Amino acid sequence: MIEVDHLSKRYGPFTAVDDVSFRVESGQILGFLGPNGAGKTTTMRIITGYMPATSGKATVAGYDVFEQPLEAKRRTGYLPETPPLYPDMTVREYLTFVAKIKGLRSHIKDRVGEVMKRTWVADMADRHCAKLSKGYKQRVGLAQAIIHNPDVLVLDEPTAGLDPKQIIETRQLIRELAGTHTIIISTHILPEVAQTCQRVVIINKGRVVAVDSPENLTHRLQGAATVVVQTDGPASEAEAALRHVQGVTGVTRSEPQGPLATFEVDTEKGVDVRRELAAAIVTRGWGLTELRPMRMSLEDIFLSVITDESAVASPAAATEQEVANA
Amino acid sequence: MRNVLAIAGKELRGYFASPIGYVLVGFYALLFGWFFYTLVAFFERQSMQMMAGQGGSLNVNQMLVTPLLMNATVIMLLVFPLITMRTYAEEKRSGTIELLLTSPITDLEIILGKFLGALALFAAMLAVTLVHMAVLFMFGTPEWKPIATGYLGLLLMGGSFLSLGLFISSLTRNQIVAGMITFSVFLLLWVINWVSTFVGPTAQTILNYLSITEHFDDFAKGIIDTKHVVYYLSFIAMGLFLTMKSVDSERWRG
Repeated sequence: MIEVDHLSKRYGPFTAVDDVSFRVESGQILGFLGPNGAGKTTTMRIITGYMPATSGKATVAGYDVFEQPLEAKRRTGYLPETPPLYPDMTVREYLTFVAKIKGLRSHIKDRVGEVMKRTWVADMADRHCAKLSKGYKQRVGLAQAIIHNPDVLVLDEPTAGLDPKQIIETRQLIRELAGTHTIIISTHILPEVAQTCQRVVIINKGRVVAVDSPENLTHRLQGAATVVVQTDGPASEAEAALRHVQGVTGVTRSEPQGPLATFEVDTEKGVDVRRELAAAIVTRGWGLTELRPMRMSLEDIFLSVITDESAVASPAAATEQEVANA
Repeated sequence: MRNVLAIAGKELRGYFASPIGYVLVGFYALLFGWFFYTLVAFFERQSMQMMAGQGGSLNVNQMLVTPLLMNATVIMLLVFPLITMRTYAEEKRSGTIELLLTSPITDLEIILGKFLGALALFAAMLAVTLVHMAVLFMFGTPEWKPIATGYLGLLLMGGSFLSLGLFISSLTRNQIVAGMITFSVFLLLWVINWVSTFVGPTAQTILNYLSITEHFDDFAKGIIDTKHVVYYLSFIAMGLFLTMKSVDSERWRG
């Protein structure tokens, strides 16, 4: 439904987007992940036809956004980072205006009512946009994006600035929309991606560094596992004992809290040494108070993926190449 | 065309949803009214003297309507930068330009819509002044044709200023910068032929032709000369064309 093909955008000597390619299948939600300034907004602006690319191309529903901009725009709904509201208009007036310029010709009134209900802004229908709270502004922005029932939705940080309840509601709404729309959402909030998206594109400094599903990404980047071990035994002896277990590649002692000693034990990839670790502690007569595998959270993956050269030695970064090539 | 009207309607509603529209129309009426009053008072004294002297009467059109419309153009010079300075600058600042540029409408439709919206506001300002003309018809017998051509001239000259102001507004996201540049350029076009007496005959012709007020004189006297109509229409076309180019280049530069 959306195809981005070797897209680049340069501003003079500065490259904002560098050879970005990805595709989104019909009905999918794609998460566009990256730190601030990574090129997310620029890519989205190119897809929505706000600005042309320096090279490469993007198509929406089969229409090239540069060659056939009107056709592509008719099928695209876009929520920019700041909702593009006119402060002097009421919500109803605003949505009516947007419906007109998005090409709706009949039943505008019904459609506006329907969309306001769907995005929970109906109770603010006659209030001026300037007087809305941040959460309502964001939702009116969302209403504006879906008013012409586009095939493709491009949402730039749709949950930014919302309170936790609104975030949950907005994510719910986005998931509901996914069936009939193809969606790209950008964010730098990781749980959002894990909860709403089927695919993730991680972008950093204008380049795509990883494309995969959130689960796969977690799985693939897991690499070597880390196990947390806590014991009431003497710290240095326990550390030595853990080090001697077969398959352990490193032991780091965490900041001691109270009388118990906590270690993070790095192990070889694909080897489960929990049984041996437990034995190493227990056979020496110490108490094993905690033993749990430490899962790499999406945060860790994200950080390891976007931290370039310096992280090459780390196991997570080693698999990064693999993912990027996949 | 529907898109153009949608944008024009949005613009016009924008003026009147805020105090801007009312202040502009109101104070335009106030200034116009003051000019009207002074001219009528002057005209009255003159005709009294005439009657006391050799009898006969003065021409209302020549003595009153023409100078009044000339004065009206001065108000335009001061007020129009205020109308146009926000048209693009404000959309850029608030980010609503992203909505317009990602909607299935062309740049030309957006620009024409904005132009017509501003022109409609100016028409509203002019409509209020028709009250004064009605007063003239109630108490005197002015000719209606020079008045009609005068208003046509005002609309054409207004359109020229608006298209130029629109262009300048599209260059910046700062309203004050847009306003100041617009005012300066208007004023320059206004006084550009002041030096025409010192320069050579060729330059004089050119400068006179460029002067935006020079072309208005005939309209105020009741003459519609194609030369002047063409001047204003091509001025408007150029302003809108430049705006289009500016919006397009902004797109590429991001």
